[in-house]
Amino acid sequence: MKFSTIVGIAGYGAYVPVYRIRGSEISRMWGAEEETVEEKSVPGLDEDSLTMAYEAAREALQMSRVKREDVGAILVGSESPPYAVKPTATVLAEALGLSQKIVAIDMEFACKAGTTAMLLAAGLIASGAIKHGLAIGTDNAQARPGDELEFTAGAGAAAFLLSRDSERMLASIENVFSYVTDTPDFWRREGEEFPRHTFRFTGSPAYFHHVLSAAKGLMEETGLKPNDFDYVIFHQPNVKFPLRAAQLLGFKVDQVKPGLLCNEIGNTYAAASLLGLARVLDIAKPNQRILVVSFGSGAGSDAISFITTENIGVSKSSIEKLLARKVYVDYALYSKHKGTLKGVLR
Amino acid sequence: MVWAESVPRVWRERVKKYRLLGGKCLKCGSVVYPYRPACPYCGHEELQPLELSRRGRVINFTIIRHPPTGFVGKEPYVVAIVELEDGARVLAQLTDVKPEDVKIGLEVEAVFRKYREQASNGVIEYGIKFRPV
Repeated sequence: MKFSTIVGIAGYGAYVPVYRIRGSEISRMWGAEEETVEEKSVPGLDEDSLTMAYEAAREALQMSRVKREDVGAILVGSESPPYAVKPTATVLAEALGLSQKIVAIDMEFACKAGTTAMLLAAGLIASGAIKHGLAIGTDNAQARPGDELEFTAGAGAAAFLLSRDSERMLASIENVFSYVTDTPDFWRREGEEFPRHTFRFTGSPAYFHHVLSAAKGLMEETGLKPNDFDYVIFHQPNVKFPLRAAQLLGFKVDQVKPGLLCNEIGNTYAAASLLGLARVLDIAKPNQRILVVSFGSGAGSDAISFITTENIGVSKSSIEKLLARKVYVDYALYSKHKGTLKGVLR
Repeated sequence: MVWAESVPRVWRERVKKYRLLGGKCLKCGSVVYPYRPACPYCGHEELQPLELSRRGRVINFTIIRHPPTGFVGKEPYVVAIVELEDGARVLAQLTDVKPEDVKIGLEVEAVFRKYREQASNGVIEYGIKFRPV
């Protein structure tokens, strides 16, 4: 599908906490023989999906130079909101100093909610209802201790200030393709602390089916081929899956590598593909084409193609700085940071 | 309990806690945080609201080892007086730093963090803290 008006990214921001745990440390804890990623990000004791979203959104807003009162929507995609009921979006709007006359909503679709937030904000802008909107993907990724998800469940946020103001646009949305089915690959019931997943569904029927269908759908609709894109970013639950998806679709490793952060920060769930996009936007040149394909369990994928404008590269996000800034924690401290210790004195 | 848990207080103080909104005295030029109707330095009752700088330096600090309710488990942590680039002084927690690495003069920047949770089913308090640049 295509928006009737050109909408694009006017600013973007990234956030990754300073703490890291090595995959080998998680292996040591559980006696595993190998790890999925080298290391992953861990939130601070005072961080959650809301505080990380704030930092990313502030950076996006600053880069766009859009006046705070002109932001007409804030859409927050996450599967780890601090409250089950009470929106993150209102706290963010107030803390960022946005107008009270704003469309604000929290959204959940496992790891896909961030890209869908982007599509809906873009839709509001394209329709003329608002001029600028913020779309955020943020997660303090949840995993049961000892579960294989724990090797990758990271923490991070990415935010995008979308606009139809061509003078501010860094990259325009060229085309969009969404694809969903009812697939029980991963879920978390109300009141449950950790998600569950069905091993046999994770790969082919879930991740690959949806990622490939959305990517192929977009390319069929537009007539674009893999070599028309300079960069491609896939949802990254591990390092293997996005590389395999690229291979199956006919992309080269060079197109995927710049947006593949999973080995350094793990799977940041709703932020994963969007942090990859932020990294790619930092290095992209004018008039390049970028494909982003998210994946959310349950299940679905959004494929979005962007074309960068002359404005790209004028300012960059803090992502390189955040990736380089690391304080390692051991498994004991990690448990404290994640809040998984039981019976702690409060 | 040292600090009463109160939902109305959290609501009332949200803008002060969330944002560095101060005031500049139109008589003596002092910049203060948070905004208030009268200048604490000269008593003049005309302050211009001002969005304060997010960078500053630590001018004094203390290490909390026996925290009040809601902060237990986070100790040791540092509470500092930060002088912002525009001169306003802010009393706030430092974060992402070990107490032994904090020195007077440490350059810091404002971040948005969780202060405490009013029990596991209570409201969550957020606001400005500072971390090393």
